[in-house]
Amino acid sequence: MRDKKISFNNLEKFLYQPSVFMILTGAALAVLLIVPWLGLNSYLMNIVVKVAIYITLALGLNILVGYTGLVSLGQAGFVAVGAYATTILTKVYGWNFFTSLIVCVVLAAAVGIVIGLPSLRLTGTYLSIITLGFGEIIRTVIIVWEPLTNGPMGIRGIPRPALGGITFTMANSGMYYLSLLLMLLVMLFCRTLVRSKTGRALRAVKGDETAAVMMGINVTYYKVLAFVLAAVISALAGSLYSTQLGYIDQNTFTFDMSTIILSIVILGGMGTLRGMVIGSIILILLPELSRSLTDYRFVIYGLILILMMRFRPQGILGWKSRLPYPIRKTVIERISGPQNQTADDGETNHA
Amino acid sequence: MREPLLDIKDISISFGGISAVEDVSLNISKNEIVSLIGPNGAGKTTVFNILTGVYLPDSGEIYFKGERIDRKRPQTIVKKGISRTFQNIRLFKDMQVIENVLVGTHTRTHYSLFDSTFRTRKFRKEEDEKIYKAIEILKILGLENKKDEYAGDLPYGDQRKAEIARAIATGAELILLDEPAAGMNPQETDELLNCIRYIRSLGYTILLIEHDMRVVMNISDRIYVLDDGKLIAEGLPEAVANNPRVIKAYLGGELHVGN
Ligand SMILES: Nc1ncnc2c1ncn2[C@@H]1O[C@H](COP(=O)(O)OP(=O)(O)O)[C@@H](O)[C@H]1O
Ligand SMILES: [Mg+2]
Repeated sequence: MRDKKISFNNLEKFLYQPSVFMILTGAALAVLLIVPWLGLNSYLMNIVVKVAIYITLALGLNILVGYTGLVSLGQAGFVAVGAYATTILTKVYGWNFFTSLIVCVVLAAAVGIVIGLPSLRLTGTYLSIITLGFGEIIRTVIIVWEPLTNGPMGIRGIPRPALGGITFTMANSGMYYLSLLLMLLVMLFCRTLVRSKTGRALRAVKGDETAAVMMGINVTYYKVLAFVLAAVISALAGSLYSTQLGYIDQNTFTFDMSTIILSIVILGGMGTLRGMVIGSIILILLPELSRSLTDYRFVIYGLILILMMRFRPQGILGWKSRLPYPIRKTVIERISGPQNQTADDGETNHA
Repeated sequence: MREPLLDIKDISISFGGISAVEDVSLNISKNEIVSLIGPNGAGKTTVFNILTGVYLPDSGEIYFKGERIDRKRPQTIVKKGISRTFQNIRLFKDMQVIENVLVGTHTRTHYSLFDSTFRTRKFRKEEDEKIYKAIEILKILGLENKKDEYAGDLPYGDQRKAEIARAIATGAELILLDEPAAGMNPQETDELLNCIRYIRSLGYTILLIEHDMRVVMNISDRIYVLDDGKLIAEGLPEAVANNPRVIKAYLGGELHVGN
């Protein structure tokens, strides 16, 4: 067991060497950019876009679950807020998709604040129930608020995003690039977040709320902020998702969707970014492999979650990173001063 | 006489009608090491909890640098310059040691979420500064080589030190240490006491809780003795150690007085 751990960490050490990391990131980006030229049919391209959108959604929920230690079973509610806001603004009021995103962000942030408030008093099971209820309330609102949402009939013919005469469609791969862009931006955001005052405060709240308070962290503010960030990211992904689908109704945003997002986070490894990618790929591709799998997908999700909790609670890719905390060169030089450099610490195993 | 850095005046608190701290007064001057000792259950930790704003005292007043601070929220009190460690270690176990210390700098880090998201100059400059400071603090405690370990993986003694580092990182002038030597062997304890002396030499003021009187005899400028919620003695270490009431209080429980 120990050997396995060390090899994982050695692999990590290798992968994250600046040169290796740059090459791999560059290669990954190059592959992602040429995906539309790989000759995938439209069915497969739709799945690829869906994976990108779910990675984004998982990254959003990860801020809550992985960093802050709060649970949400109502992410579909936030997705719906974004999807409906954009759809109504573009379809009914003729707004540009990208302009509507501003409204979508503001609205989602407001809803995030409202849903975040109960989290100040509740955790665990109680918070699960509240957020689950929130998801269902949003669905009910969609059904009842017919003048705006067209009720159970749903909204059809959602326009594709367009900018300066270019329409982003599935056919011209515009949708793919947009969803890729959003995913990468959110990923970059999360990466910076973890290594900032805000990210550390969120993780401190997860680690020990009392100690966090004693460090001067305003726990209230950061819990609500976590909900706001998760809400805004989900809503942005929701906006994009609605234009990909072209049709939405209350059944687009069911509890199933919230479950999938949570399953991705847990399966992949909460608190990690890489986990969201692998989790989404597995859980979105898996049901597409065969019809029968689609029918039983919730049984499979349930099983996966139970097995993960039992055998690998940290998630598939949720190992504890052994990389040194990144410190800029100028700081290192200032610390070591005129003396010689300190040697590499920790147990290095040479193969 | 100089105005004390911390001046606690007659604080009392009771839980469910049972008095835990009764009319306790205590003051500390700048750069002193003062110890608060007493048997288990005497109310020492409760005094810390009142000081740091976790509990509101039923009565009494607390002044820090001349400003009244009882009634203030914990976050405010940290910003004013009082920080603490915990009797039962409360590190952020899943964060690296250096991250724990960086969390300590929270209230004195001023860049916004916007700054960090767009990696503005302000963010980079301040973050570099805090990392530098965090490592300097870890050096004080001899933990600089363990900065990248997860706090939860550290041996017990190092965890206690990491908590002290985190408390210092808040920028506090007054550091409250709740039984920092608990669970340490005599050698580790000596090492820790040297460390505390060194911290004092850097200009910090220290209020130290300990239930083993021997531990604090050499290090304390003054000692307060708490028993059953009440102060029973205060003064210089030798005087306190020879005080009949103190000896009696300790005889009631375990005898920890030297020799
Ligand atoms: N939140 C609380 N609720 C009820 N009783 C408490 C609380 N906090 C402390 N006490 C009581 O106050 C007394 C003093 O406790 P404490 O301050 O932890 O003692 P010490 O730190 O000196 O060992 C104990 O009897 C304890 O049970
Ligand atoms: Mg105590």
